[in-house]
Amino acid sequence: MKFGVIVFPGSNCDHDAFWTVEQVAKQPVCFLWHESHDLENCDVIIVPGGFAYGDYLRTGAIAKFSPVMDSVSSFAAAGGLVLGICNGFQILCEAGLLPGALIRNTGLKYICKPVSVRVENADTPFTSSCEERQVLTIPIGHMEGNYFCDDATLARLQRDKQIVFRYCTADGETTPDANPNGSVDNIAGICNPGGNVLGMMPHPERASEPELGGTDGFQIFQSLAGALAAK
Amino acid sequence: MKAYVYVSPKKSVLDPQGQTIQRALKKLGYQGFDEVRQGKYFELTLNSGVTRTQAEADVERIANNVLSNPVIEEFRFTLEE
Amino acid sequence: MNPVTENSISPELIREHGLTSEEYEKIKRLLGGREPTITELGIFSVMWSEHCSYKSSRVHLKRLPTRSRNVVQGPGENAGIIDVGDGWACAFKIESHNHPSFVEPFQGAATGVGGILRDIFTMGARPVAVMDSLRFGPIAAATAASENRGGTAKSEIHKNHSLLEGVVGGIASYGNCFGVPNLGGEVKFEACYSGNPLVNAFALGLVRRDEIYYAKAAGVGNPVIYVGAKTGRDGIHGATMASEEFSEGSEAKRPNVQVGDPFMEKLLLEACLEALQTGAVVGIQDMGAAGLTCSTCEMGARGHLGMEIELDRVPQREAGMTPYEIMLSESQERMLLVVTKGREDEVFRIFEKWGLDAAEIGFVTDSDTMRVLHHQEVVAEIPNPALTDDAPLYRRPSERWEAEVPREMPAHIRLSSPGDMTPQLERLLASPNICGKRWVWEQYDHMVQTNTVQGPGAGDAGVIRIKGSQRGLAMALDGNSRWCYLDPRLGAMHAVAEAARKVACVGARPLGATNCLNFGNPEKPHIIWQFSQVIDGITKACEELDLPITGGNVSFYNETLGEGIYPTPVLGVVGVLEDVHRTVFSHFKGPGRAIVLLRGSEPGDATDAELEFGSSEYAKELLGTVWGFPPALELEKEAALQKAVIEMIDSALLESAHDCADGGLAVALAESSFAHNIGVRVDLTSDGLAAEFVLFGEDASRIVISCDRSYVSRIQQVAVRYGVFADIIGETKAGEFDIAMDGRAVIFADVARLRQAYESALETALTAEPGR
Repeated sequence: MKFGVIVFPGSNCDHDAFWTVEQVAKQPVCFLWHESHDLENCDVIIVPGGFAYGDYLRTGAIAKFSPVMDSVSSFAAAGGLVLGICNGFQILCEAGLLPGALIRNTGLKYICKPVSVRVENADTPFTSSCEERQVLTIPIGHMEGNYFCDDATLARLQRDKQIVFRYCTADGETTPDANPNGSVDNIAGICNPGGNVLGMMPHPERASEPELGGTDGFQIFQSLAGALAAK
Repeated sequence: MKAYVYVSPKKSVLDPQGQTIQRALKKLGYQGFDEVRQGKYFELTLNSGVTRTQAEADVERIANNVLSNPVIEEFRFTLEE
Repeated sequence: MNPVTENSISPELIREHGLTSEEYEKIKRLLGGREPTITELGIFSVMWSEHCSYKSSRVHLKRLPTRSRNVVQGPGENAGIIDVGDGWACAFKIESHNHPSFVEPFQGAATGVGGILRDIFTMGARPVAVMDSLRFGPIAAATAASENRGGTAKSEIHKNHSLLEGVVGGIASYGNCFGVPNLGGEVKFEACYSGNPLVNAFALGLVRRDEIYYAKAAGVGNPVIYVGAKTGRDGIHGATMASEEFSEGSEAKRPNVQVGDPFMEKLLLEACLEALQTGAVVGIQDMGAAGLTCSTCEMGARGHLGMEIELDRVPQREAGMTPYEIMLSESQERMLLVVTKGREDEVFRIFEKWGLDAAEIGFVTDSDTMRVLHHQEVVAEIPNPALTDDAPLYRRPSERWEAEVPREMPAHIRLSSPGDMTPQLERLLASPNICGKRWVWEQYDHMVQTNTVQGPGAGDAGVIRIKGSQRGLAMALDGNSRWCYLDPRLGAMHAVAEAARKVACVGARPLGATNCLNFGNPEKPHIIWQFSQVIDGITKACEELDLPITGGNVSFYNETLGEGIYPTPVLGVVGVLEDVHRTVFSHFKGPGRAIVLLRGSEPGDATDAELEFGSSEYAKELLGTVWGFPPALELEKEAALQKAVIEMIDSALLESAHDCADGGLAVALAESSFAHNIGVRVDLTSDGLAAEFVLFGEDASRIVISCDRSYVSRIQQVAVRYGVFADIIGETKAGEFDIAMDGRAVIFADVARLRQAYESALETALTAEPGR
């Protein structure tokens, strides 16, 4: 069992995800170059944060055409585990692996700060070590994190428990004030119907070691390691 | 030949940039503007080997697949010899 | 060579190039008596500009101490380097981008960040942190009517808002995309920066001690390779562009704003570091100011070799560029490499992998000359020393100068008799220089790379860990220009002392410093006097605190309509923590802890207090008047204080440490209270001083610490050993903020209320309509 972290030329959280998997979760991990189709037999693919190809056109707009994303699509279709963080989430939406899109924050500015998110679905391979409705503190860092989808899609996401994280207050209330970027229904992370593809705006790798100020994000990696071990 | 592609947010999608501009216009005293929507504009220069029919098909596909995201945006384009 | 194929050089042309007739004569002499070509004139003009040659400042800069046993590389390279242990070294530098940021705030600030990042990774170091020191004109109508300047016009306040928003947006956009954490810095406001905003960008990178690269040519015959963005007509000197003789058409005439491309820079970083790993690269330099010109002649000069380049091979973004334009272009995100002959392909393959242009444009020669060809014809041939070591050096006239302020406290100033001072504290906490800067730093990615232990707003200095080591690095920027205005020498000493103190407050040992020196027009004798005094002050403080200056930058001509800025030295200090886990933050952790005030010096008497209070934020903001002198500073005692606090932190005796500076003791205590809603119950003695002096006076060399009560005696033992005062002034208390003086309450408030004033002020000022 092995993790793979995709490297686009403008990825800048690729090393962070790699470090967390290798040094904190103590799992085997390798980098996967964007121009290669070869996923090197990885069991979990992480699409990391950053600015894949500069993102001048639209976040993730070019990345979806990369060779590696071709392979990731087939991998996901076959039930493989894919975690998209921040820019990774944007790319997964553009590539159609997840519904909806991430648009400019309502405040129009980049926001970097820790936020509270509530676990809405603890029954996924990404959240199995969390409790349902548990509040996690994980940092965000984005300009385009405002999740948008049409009403029909939202109803489907709600019905099928595809909403995995929602922005909330420290006490777990999903109020408008707790929504940092204007996302529909306070959505911070969603999964596909099969539950094997997760996209989330918060950066779990930034909250996985005590010296960085918190370890709530590590539960995502822990859940994944557990899911692999159970396989 | 040149192609001019205009991409704008769908009516159903919130456009915070446009709204901010509209508020600013109001503040500046321009009362006559009810809505501002901000989009993107692209100029594509085609080489002489491309026929108009081919160009039309290509630009349509590029605008749909690359330059815009159909989840949130719509587009239109014009071609000019 | 046939230098007269182009137009001959007229006196107007020389003037438009910012050269004096004496300088022009010198150019001819250095060229062996002949006239320069137009391209050569352009090359001399940029290389002899103040910006590149430091012609007015060099005689003074030589006084700065630049050595210590930790210094690996002092001034003269792209960045200074110090050894930080465990086989690691760090490269760091601060640089100004003031003028471009005034013209186009977003792009000016963005390219400022881009430039300083390239300076770092050119040395083989991966950038791991950036910080910025920003100065603007007022963003709100003064809280008290100012006496010296008749208040700030509404339009000026609007302009300052948009400058601040543009600059912060530019810094954020570049750094966030590049992927380097921004650990904060400082944002200050004074009237003198309206029309002269200062944007000083600092960057720091990590490199293995044995993998450092230098900007030096070596190996005759080795190929010279150009990599990165294509060359366009960006940023070519405006004055010269206006000249008809050599422009291609009207398009070329407008001086272009340089536009930054952070994605390109990220590619350049990865590709360059990968290329350096091959061992095939012998020298590397970025093309910043003066672009291809500067990199070509400086790399040659450092290696005592020459370079010959053919401009036809330079990747160009626009058609029909002249040699003059190609040599002087300041297009961003470009690098020049010298590669071992025969190993070019290894390097080309890496740049291709990252999708970057790379072109062999010339080779290293044994002539110590820069030879430039265009369509196989020589367009410039200049001995390297003529552009570097032989550039003009001026000992410009200097004249003693006094700030136009009263030195004594004006008679009309009435200080309140002891009573409720809570409203004054609230106003001070909400004043632009003191209030929280969250609105700024939340726009910066300060967590990327997952090394940030103390980000902006957390402690006195930014702290990052070094992965794979127990060590950490701390860094802080500081400068108090109002103090430098009142006394340039003493003000500069304070800048060094405070930047180092901030680093000490997180538990790190200060190891090196970089300085950015922002001044007015050096052709005015009083500006040179200010500059010289500041250099003396920095030198003195650095010597006493054992801090070498490893590099930096000078920015002159910060004037609009003859009105100059305050003399503004900004110091960046870098320190090392042996164990990053021992660092402490500036905020109180829980109730019932002892609060101790560490002090290097004994407080002055009432007369000192009165003279010094005139330089405080309180005097400026609440009294609307500035007078007197900066606080006295005893450097030996400052050094002892810093050593003492470092030892206390290293011995795990402290829960918090916070530099007591702008706004004085009351503000320092309040700032320590906000993070966890843990306030204070403090009792102070006035010793006959006005309450304002005790609460808001800005005496130097003071640190507020908090600790478990049981550690107080051990703390006092350490203090005694260093000759530092350590007085218990009270204890922490949940949610409430009470200060008494001589037993009578003078400040009583909820922490939440004070926090609200502190946190909301900046955003309120930026969104509110100015009142005038």
